[in-house]
Amino acid sequence: MNNVSQDHFVTADGRSIGGALMEMQNITLRFGGVVALEDISFDILEGEVRAIIGPNGAGKSSMLNVISGFYVPQEGQVLYRGSLRPAMKPFQVATQGIARTFQNIALFEGMSVLDNVMTGRITKIKSGIFSQMIWKGRAEREEIENREVVEKIIDFLEIQAIRKTPVSRLPYGLKKRVELARALAAEPSLLLLDEPMAGMNVEEKEDMSRFILDVNSEFGTTIALIEHDMSVVMDLSDRVVVMDYGKKIGDGTPDEIRNNQEVIDAYLGVSHD
Amino acid sequence: MPDKFLFAMEVMLNGLMAGVLYSLVALGFVLIFKASGIFNYAQGVMALFAALTLVGIKDGQIPFAHLINAIFGTNIHHFGWHLPAFVAIIFTVIVMIGFAWLVQRFIFRHLVNQEPIILFMATIGLAYFLEGVGDLMWGSDIKKLDVGIPKGMNETIELLTYNRFGYGFFIDNLDIFATFLAVILVTVLVGFSQYTKQGRALRAVADDHQAALSVGISLGYIWVLVWSIAGVVALVAGTVWGAKSGVQFSLSLIALKALPVLMLGGFTSIPGAIVGGLIIGVGEKLFEFLVGPMIGGATENWFAYVLALVFLVFRPQGLFGERIIERV
Repeated sequence: MNNVSQDHFVTADGRSIGGALMEMQNITLRFGGVVALEDISFDILEGEVRAIIGPNGAGKSSMLNVISGFYVPQEGQVLYRGSLRPAMKPFQVATQGIARTFQNIALFEGMSVLDNVMTGRITKIKSGIFSQMIWKGRAEREEIENREVVEKIIDFLEIQAIRKTPVSRLPYGLKKRVELARALAAEPSLLLLDEPMAGMNVEEKEDMSRFILDVNSEFGTTIALIEHDMSVVMDLSDRVVVMDYGKKIGDGTPDEIRNNQEVIDAYLGVSHD
Repeated sequence: MPDKFLFAMEVMLNGLMAGVLYSLVALGFVLIFKASGIFNYAQGVMALFAALTLVGIKDGQIPFAHLINAIFGTNIHHFGWHLPAFVAIIFTVIVMIGFAWLVQRFIFRHLVNQEPIILFMATIGLAYFLEGVGDLMWGSDIKKLDVGIPKGMNETIELLTYNRFGYGFFIDNLDIFATFLAVILVTVLVGFSQYTKQGRALRAVADDHQAALSVGISLGYIWVLVWSIAGVVALVAGTVWGAKSGVQFSLSLIALKALPVLMLGGFTSIPGAIVGGLIIGVGEKLFEFLVGPMIGGATENWFAYVLALVFLVFRPQGLFGERIIERV
C-alpha cells in the first residue's frame, strides 16, 4: 500500500500521522548465496506504529538490521526524512535518532537498571571530559537534565522499584522493559522493536502492548516492530508489512492484511512452486 | 624485641611501595581487559617501548638511526638537542596515542567477535613486534632515564623515625614519588570511568558490543581511547621502573610481576589492581624477612605466584573481580 497519502491525517484515537519518516527502496540483502531480502520497498510514516510480520526466516530481523545500520544491503537505498541516507555504521544511525531493541535482549548485564537507561542518553552529553570529571558547569546541568528524562521514562514504564537492581538479576519480562526504557531514553524519532513480546506470558504481553501504545501516543514516537503474535499485531499497528522468504507479500492496514489471499496462504502454508 | 619489630615495619613500608610499582603495571592490564576482554600480553613491552621513546626523544636520538645508517651509509645518531622532561613526556604521549590507533586500525579492528584466545595470541605477536620495533628505533643498549624523579633515601623520614624510635627508616624518594603518582593516576582513572560519558561508554562496550552500538557508541573510538590510556599508564610505569633500574629489555618482564597482582585483585577492578599490588608487595617482602632466612632466602622470586595460586583455589575471581555465576 505505497499509495498512502503523504499528507497528515488524524487517526480515530486522535494521533496525527504525517509524511514518510523512513523509506526503504528496493532493498536487497544477500549473505553469500542466500538472499535474505529481495527487492523490498516500504515506508514508515511519521507517528505511526508499523509492524513487520512474517513466518520464521522471512527476513524480518534482517530488515530491521538494515534500518538500524547493522546490515548494509547490496542494493537499494534508504531515505530518512526525505533525503538519501549514506552508508552508516550502527552507532551513527543511533545518533540520528533511531533507537532499537534486540530479539535476544542486549543489555549491559553488569550495570544497574538506572545505569542502563542512562547509557541510552550517552550521545546527548556534549560537555567536555574534564568538566564531567569535576562535575561542574555544563556537565552538571546536563547530568541533571538527563537524569530527569530518565526518571520520567522509568516512571512511565513502571520500573521504579528495580531502579538500582543489577540487570542480570531481573526476570526476562522486566529485562525487555528495561531495554525499551534504554531505547526511549535517547528520545528517538524512530523506535525499532525486534519481537518485543517474544517469550512473554499473557500478562507481560498486555503490559508491553500498553507501553508501546502509550509511547506512541504520549511521546509521538514512530514505532516499527516485529512480532509473531498476530492478534497483538492487529491490535497495535496502524499498518503492516508482511514478508515471506525475503519478499514482501503484503502491505496495508490490519484489515486489508487479514483479507489478503497471499498472506493467508503464507500463514496457512500453501505449497510454494 | 623492638628493634626487630621496627625493622619489620620498615620492610613492610618498603613492601607497600614496591607494591605500588606492581600496581602501576597491573593497571594497564585491567583497563584493556575491562573494556575489550583482551588480556594484553604486550603491556610490559608497551612500558618498555614508552620508556625507550621517552629517553630517545628527550636525548634527541634519531629513531631508526642504525637502520638509516645501514641503508644509506650515513652516520647519524643524534639531533643534537636535549628536551626538557615535560616536553619529551608530551611527545611520548602522542606517540603512545598513535600506537593505540595503529593497534586498533591494523589488528583489533579485524578481530572483532573473535575468541578471547585469538585476541590473546594477537597481543603476544604484538609484544614481540613492538619489542623489535623498540630495539630498531632506539637501539638495544641500556639507557639511563632521568626525568627529574627524586632518588635516594628520604632523609626527613630517616631523621624523624630516628628521633622517635631510635631507628632510622630507609625509604627511597623514588618510591614515595611513585606512590603519589599512583594515587593521582588511580583518582583520575576512577573519576574518568565513573563520571564521564567516555567512561560509561567504556563500561558499556565491555559489557555488550551490540547494545553499545545501538545507543550510539563507536567501538573503534572507545578501543583507541582505552589503548591510549593503557599506553599512558604504561608510560608512567615504564618511567618509574626505568628511573629505578635503567631502561633495558628486562623492563618488559615487569609484566610477569603484574600477573599475580591481577589474580589477587581481579582482572576487572582498578582498585583491585592497587590492593592486589600492595598485598603482593608487602607479602613478598615480609615473607622474605620472616620466613626467608629459614628456607634459604630468594623467596621473592616465587612468593607472589604461590600466593596467587592459593587465591585461585579459594577465590578465582580475585578480591574485587566480578563473580561469574552460571545459572543451570
